[in-house]
Amino acid sequence: MNYDTEQDYTNEKVDLNLWKRLFGYAMRHRTFLVQNLIALVLVAVCDTLYPILTRFAIDRFVNPGGAPELTGIWWFGLGYIALVLFQSFFTMVFIMRSGDIEMSMSYDIRQEAFWHLQNLSFSYYDKTSVGYLMARMVSDISRISEMLSWGMIDVFWSLCYVVFSVIAMFLYNWKLTLIVLAVIPPLAIVSYVLQKAILKYQRAARKQNSRITSAFNEGIMGAMTTKTLVREEANSAEFETISNDMKKASIKAQVLGATFFPLIISLSAIATALALILGGAGVGATLAGTTTFLGVMTAGTLVSFINYASGLFEPIQNLAGIFAELQSAQASAERVIGLLDTKSDITDTPEVTERYGTTMDPKKENWEPLVGDIEFRHVDFYYKESEPLLKDFNLHIHPGETIALVGETGAGKSTIVNLICRFYEPVSGSILIDGKDYRQRSELWLQSNLGYVLQQPHLFSGTIRDNIRFGRPDATDAQIVHAARMVHADEFIIHQAKGYDTEVGEGGVRLSTGQKQLISFARVILANPQIFVLDEATSSIDTETEQIIQSAITTVLEGRTSIVVAHRLSTIRNADRILVIRNGAIAESGTHDELLEKGGYYHDLYIHQFREETLSKALE
Amino acid sequence: MQRKPNRNRALVLQCLRGSKRYLVLAAFEVVLAILMLYLTSYVTSYALDYVLLGDDPSLPKWLFDFLTRRSEVTKTYWFCGLMFFVFTVLNGLFTFLRRRNVSVASEQMAKNMRDTLYRHLNAVPYDYHKHVSTGDLVQRCTSDVDTVRRFISNQLMEIIRIVVMFVTALVMMLSINVRMALICMVTLPILAVLSFVYFRFVRKYFTEADEAEGALSTAIQENLTGVRVVRAFGQQRAEFDKFTRLNTDYRKKNIFLNRLMAFYWSGSDAIGYIQIALALVFGVAFYANTHGTAHPFTLGNIYLFISLTNRLTWPVRQLGRILADLGKATVSLNRLNEILSVPAESEPGKAEKQLDLAKGIVFDHVCFGYDTPNDVLDDISFSVKAGQTVAILGSTGSGKSSLVQLLQRLYPTTSGTITVGGVPINDIDHETLRKSIAIVLQEPFLYSRTIKDNIKLVRPDATDEEMYAVAREAAVHDVILQFADGYDTIVGERGVTLSGGQQQRVAIARALMQNAPILIFDDSMSAVDTETDAKIRDALHARHGKGILFLISHRITTLCEADLILVLEHGRLVQTGTHAELMQQDGLYRRIAEIQDAPKGGAIA
Repeated sequence: MNYDTEQDYTNEKVDLNLWKRLFGYAMRHRTFLVQNLIALVLVAVCDTLYPILTRFAIDRFVNPGGAPELTGIWWFGLGYIALVLFQSFFTMVFIMRSGDIEMSMSYDIRQEAFWHLQNLSFSYYDKTSVGYLMARMVSDISRISEMLSWGMIDVFWSLCYVVFSVIAMFLYNWKLTLIVLAVIPPLAIVSYVLQKAILKYQRAARKQNSRITSAFNEGIMGAMTTKTLVREEANSAEFETISNDMKKASIKAQVLGATFFPLIISLSAIATALALILGGAGVGATLAGTTTFLGVMTAGTLVSFINYASGLFEPIQNLAGIFAELQSAQASAERVIGLLDTKSDITDTPEVTERYGTTMDPKKENWEPLVGDIEFRHVDFYYKESEPLLKDFNLHIHPGETIALVGETGAGKSTIVNLICRFYEPVSGSILIDGKDYRQRSELWLQSNLGYVLQQPHLFSGTIRDNIRFGRPDATDAQIVHAARMVHADEFIIHQAKGYDTEVGEGGVRLSTGQKQLISFARVILANPQIFVLDEATSSIDTETEQIIQSAITTVLEGRTSIVVAHRLSTIRNADRILVIRNGAIAESGTHDELLEKGGYYHDLYIHQFREETLSKALE
Repeated sequence: MQRKPNRNRALVLQCLRGSKRYLVLAAFEVVLAILMLYLTSYVTSYALDYVLLGDDPSLPKWLFDFLTRRSEVTKTYWFCGLMFFVFTVLNGLFTFLRRRNVSVASEQMAKNMRDTLYRHLNAVPYDYHKHVSTGDLVQRCTSDVDTVRRFISNQLMEIIRIVVMFVTALVMMLSINVRMALICMVTLPILAVLSFVYFRFVRKYFTEADEAEGALSTAIQENLTGVRVVRAFGQQRAEFDKFTRLNTDYRKKNIFLNRLMAFYWSGSDAIGYIQIALALVFGVAFYANTHGTAHPFTLGNIYLFISLTNRLTWPVRQLGRILADLGKATVSLNRLNEILSVPAESEPGKAEKQLDLAKGIVFDHVCFGYDTPNDVLDDISFSVKAGQTVAILGSTGSGKSSLVQLLQRLYPTTSGTITVGGVPINDIDHETLRKSIAIVLQEPFLYSRTIKDNIKLVRPDATDEEMYAVAREAAVHDVILQFADGYDTIVGERGVTLSGGQQQRVAIARALMQNAPILIFDDSMSAVDTETDAKIRDALHARHGKGILFLISHRITTLCEADLILVLEHGRLVQTGTHAELMQQDGLYRRIAEIQDAPKGGAIA
């Protein structure tokens, strides 16, 4: 899956503070870093030594213009091989250590970010898409770790190599060195400018690519409509314009990319050619007994200069490449740091943490048992100040009571649930659990005593057993089966290919909605919470499953304080108290019979609901 | 098994049509670029031997004569420097041309492949789409096409390049000194085998690392989507522990993979450099031993051999990776061919284009099923006259939708005949048939573009006034005007999400735009309130005329106005007749009617 979301960069300047902070993650692996740098210096030294060895071999053994001399050639060969082995060892070290740093960094940042996400409040989740967060957690973290490991290695090696070879050249012939070096600035500039342009074109091509993906997606999802409207031809023609755009953008990016190498080698060829022309003349003169302006030049020096000159373009190209990429890496860095710096709206006070522990290290020995008395006292609440949802809301739910919340979408039912679960906290007023403001106890204390079943039951990939065990990781197999039996989930589970060990697939795709519901009820039964929240499903399922689910609900509700956002008559009717919520206030409150008697909103709702349900039953 | 590779090749060749010449050109340019590259090495060697030391520069006699006879300029460093530059530029130029041509060919191929796939996915019977996953299909149409493209643009050319480089270098070196040539090549087979074995060996670990990454992403995604469940059960710590496990595993696998890479690259580096050491030492020895003879091994030769050896080792080290990637292209092509081998919807024998709709529609003992011949519809017979309205009532799964979809031949009947306008539908040209029928689905699909585009989809040339008219009939005109961008509001995936009822009404407007003589509403006002429902029905009746209207609905108010009511139960037609007739019979229809007619008030309670 590709989570990368292409974004335009807002910040053109390199933000050093940002990188300093990220570099802190690399500094946690100081030993690796130091080993890496030492290895790199040594590798670059060896790289610089090879041309020197060649020079030595030519001047000493070949001795152009004189008699060749073979004494010591085998020792020379052995020395050369020893250097090769020495360098290879350090090459191995730096590859290993760079990988170690990369992986350890991304590991650390991911750990931190994931934990941070576990503690961020719902206000953040409600306005941030999962896709956005996935991009931060997956691609952005990878990109910055790569940049700070391999990217840094490239920069460091390139700098060392350039510096060392320039020193070596200077020692042999400083005038020729200056001439050869003249080519570096244009080389660097061209590399940088081109690499940036290439990155830009590649982004454009990737954008086209995502258009292609959504076109395929739409074409396949809309297959039926396409057929009924006889749109096959027209759709294909439209698709072809998109695929043509894609082709053009890709070719453009690739053609631009293809100019890079020729330009770079041509530029560096100028350096090599100059070394050949001037250096060659210098050697010629030396052999003839005179000198040019370069002074004494040997054939070996000439060959080593040719080698150095043609070896320069690689590090320069590397450096330019890294700087061109720095900007997009910085955008990643900003987003990751932004995520890590997001503050949670809901946090336990230090006093609470002191007594009850943190989410990571709860002090369960200090936790009072939860009874299940819930009270809203003068609660005001809004997500946006301009749109108040609850105003001076008061409600007392007694332990063991079942409350049905009914009302239209947007009336405030979910808000009440969110407040009870402490997914959000009141803007003013307070919510008391067992007579004490819940902010005086830890978030985890409440939530560990909470059971929650959503409209769309959410399962995690893993086995059915894992899913039921979710809320109580230490439950035995017998307890799991018992919980499943209580909600009649056992019957369908044992008919699965591997029974309780059947994999449910990602998000539970391999199960039907009804089956997922039953598993989520078993999950609640096993966790045995004192407070139970049910957001009843509106979608219809077949009558048989429906009946099983109804009896499961009855089982789950028994003996706990329960809050049900109810859609089905039977659930509503069985509640101890029905609250009709309208515009963030309790419009009607009472038992089923009391409310029918009143002849108000509930009465109308009931009639309508009754009709729909009887009708679908008649049609079954 | 035998046929598959051929089919794969056929697909690639077919998609390369018109751009094969680019590939041929590119292959030539590969050869030319390599020649130029070698010539740059030659120039230096020439400079050392001929210009500097006055030796024989190891050139063919005719070329040497050609260069030296005319003038002395060829014996200058300027000449050599210039040649070096020229050959490098030409090497660059041919490399550029090669890459350009390859990208034109491979992108054209990818485009053709995408177009073919898209067209084919439109042409296959609808039934196919019901049984495959969208995600998988999209994945194939994008990633697999890309794998094949990369094969053409990278691997194929790289293999050609390595072969040409190797052969040319071999020829050049052999022509100068056979023994030295063999010494300079001695480690190459080792490198090649090592590379091949290594990349085969690590493939498994690459897959494992990929899977670990997949597991990690899935865990993050599930945690984020299930954040409510995690919090409500207070399981943050357990989730974090699970994540830590996966994150640790991911790190471990990648570090291991990186270790393997470190061994390979440093090891093969060592072999490559040792090869150069051998070339240098033996070169010097050859030089010394042949110095002053008739056929000396020159200083230029030493330089040339080292430089050729150097240029060969890198590609050989990559060889294994390229070969390992070859397998991926085959797998991708197989997956693409799997899609393309699904037969397209068949055209009937007699593609009749003339329909006399005055003859109405007749279902004659029609059966249809997915698993058995009649598990969806069983022996359905009825006839509809021009100008009639037919209402269909039945529970979910009773076969209502299938019945109307058969009419458009979205599925083939298993037995029995459906006649439209006097012609059996199997003998009607499918475009003619489908254009005569406008259908609105219960969950309509709107394209991710403007509302205007969606409504005008079938008649892009329609005027805005016509569009407003149908939108009014579908009771959606005022709703659309309330959007900030009005008719230019983009809907769907990339735009505004419409409510179910709004979507249905836009789809109704789109269907009305079609002006088809047969109009089918497949429960397509379920999300529209009763009042609007009535408005739309009035508009429908007003435009109705000679056309035939099918309405699938649960609402008695809708049903009772029909000329013919069909009641379906478990795929069988259990009742037919008018409202008056059916109210006389004991059955589903009367039961439903009674429920819906029940007086408001406390009576039921």
